[in-house]
Amino acid sequence: MAETTTQASQRLILWLLLAPALIWLLGLILLPHLDLALLSLRERTGPGEYAFGLAQYRTFFSEPLYWDVFVRTATLSVIATALTLLLAFPIAWTIAKLTRGRLSALLFAVCLIPFWVSETVRTLGWMILLRETGVLPSLLVTLGITEVPIEMLYRDATILVGLVYTSLLFMVVPLYGSLESLDDSLIEAGYDLGGNGWTVLRTVVIPHAAPGITAGCIVVFMLTLGNYLTASLLGGKNSLWFTEQIYTQFITRFNWEQGAAFGFLLLALSSVMVWIGLRLSGQRFSDVMSRT
Amino acid sequence: MIPSLPRPLWLRAATMLFVLAFLLFLFMPLATVAVFAFNDAPYPAPPWQGFTLDWFTGNESRGRTGLFSDQELLGSILISMLVASWVTVLSVTVGTTNAFLMERMTFRGQGVLALLMLVPLVIPGVILGISILAFASRVADLLGDVAGFEAEFLRPGLPLVVLGQVSYIIAISTLTISARLKRFDRTLEEAAYNLGASRLAVLGTIVLPYLRPALVGSAAIAFLMSFENFNTTLMLVGADSPLTVMMYGRMRDGATPVLNAVSVFLMVASAAIALALMRGDRRADPRD
Repeated sequence: MAETTTQASQRLILWLLLAPALIWLLGLILLPHLDLALLSLRERTGPGEYAFGLAQYRTFFSEPLYWDVFVRTATLSVIATALTLLLAFPIAWTIAKLTRGRLSALLFAVCLIPFWVSETVRTLGWMILLRETGVLPSLLVTLGITEVPIEMLYRDATILVGLVYTSLLFMVVPLYGSLESLDDSLIEAGYDLGGNGWTVLRTVVIPHAAPGITAGCIVVFMLTLGNYLTASLLGGKNSLWFTEQIYTQFITRFNWEQGAAFGFLLLALSSVMVWIGLRLSGQRFSDVMSRT
Repeated sequence: MIPSLPRPLWLRAATMLFVLAFLLFLFMPLATVAVFAFNDAPYPAPPWQGFTLDWFTGNESRGRTGLFSDQELLGSILISMLVASWVTVLSVTVGTTNAFLMERMTFRGQGVLALLMLVPLVIPGVILGISILAFASRVADLLGDVAGFEAEFLRPGLPLVVLGQVSYIIAISTLTISARLKRFDRTLEEAAYNLGASRLAVLGTIVLPYLRPALVGSAAIAFLMSFENFNTTLMLVGADSPLTVMMYGRMRDGATPVLNAVSVFLMVASAAIALALMRGDRRADPRD
């Protein structure tokens, strides 16, 4: 008898704990995305009449603008991810291997602090620095490098700078974690066995840091692809970022069917890249996510 | 490459220069924002025109609205805090129940559920926003048609913003709180049961106090992430704009240094939270 009451109360507790998780995952993630998928597969046949169809996706492939913006967003996101990795790796290495104790902790903290500040504030800073009347253009004139102030905003390079800047944290943290756990004696052994810096990096360091590199790249790519604020403020009208197309369809034009299809395409691209990243590095999704 | 190996002088100098250049890159935008909050000019642009507090206190004779009298901006800060408070309470609560669910229970489908809990972290924020927007209005339409009930809270507005932000912030608090619960020494709990403590007493006097640092930490992170969220919020916002959306609108139109002034406050507040958390971490668990 006592056995069954504990079992019953165990079951009750299980259900009580399960309820919030299910409400969250079903109500805010699974069902909304299912609904979005259905919405994207609808086409308007008349006023207030809809039929099932692929019209929204056909528009995407037949309209060069949408397709171009999509490819452009993907390409720039890949470049931004690569640049972030190149910039973050030496810093993570310095913090994990070249400095010790308090200095290392201080450097790590200093690198993290800017990212506690809102992206809006950081973007405002870049705008004041880079616009035609801004700090850097007038500095260039003062130094005699350019005759007149040049507009540094609204260029692809500017968008890349902004995206790399805003993503750095998500690369430095997982890289640091995976480099710190690398035993120094393995690196020494690599050199003792006649390796040079490059071979040691390729055969010892990178294989060990692979989970961190994958985790950083996946998160940075996803955040860059889904970025709206940095791309639209630093890129202005020329940014042509795919999230802006989604916003335009959903909020400005109120064409939810088209916006839903765009959203799904972006989600598909992001998921495919995450999957490729995991495949290439032979990592498992749950291991990678627990590092970030 | 590492200190135990001899490195040539030029390499050490180059490393040092690289780190300094990196730090300059990191702090330049923030320093610029802060400096131009105090510039005596109508727009945040060089040259330096002298120090002023006009953009905080306002100056009616020169037609300048300072932060403290900018009702629109102050209102949006209050809205952001209201949203962030709800998000914090919901995320920490569900994060805690999730942690107990995943660490203390065993049931069929647990692995799938664990994986599902990570999914919100790899969905771009804009898409979380539009999917919740579309689903909420479908439910609202349905309620209207079937029950004749007008579900205003499911239309774009602050309740939807809270739901949108919570959808991925819960995933983060779940990870933080689970990580600590996993390290808990269960013999402490068993000892308390042996001494005759009830389930609730054990939870209240042993497990929850142990979890406190993770609860406080994830609450601070949830608050900050909500306060700073833009992508999801933009898609779900109604008539009341939280601070990030308000700032975005003004930045596109070219704003006065009052935005720099509000940014200075944000920087000070975020730095305070960050330092408090880093401190707290060290004190709570010296092994980390």
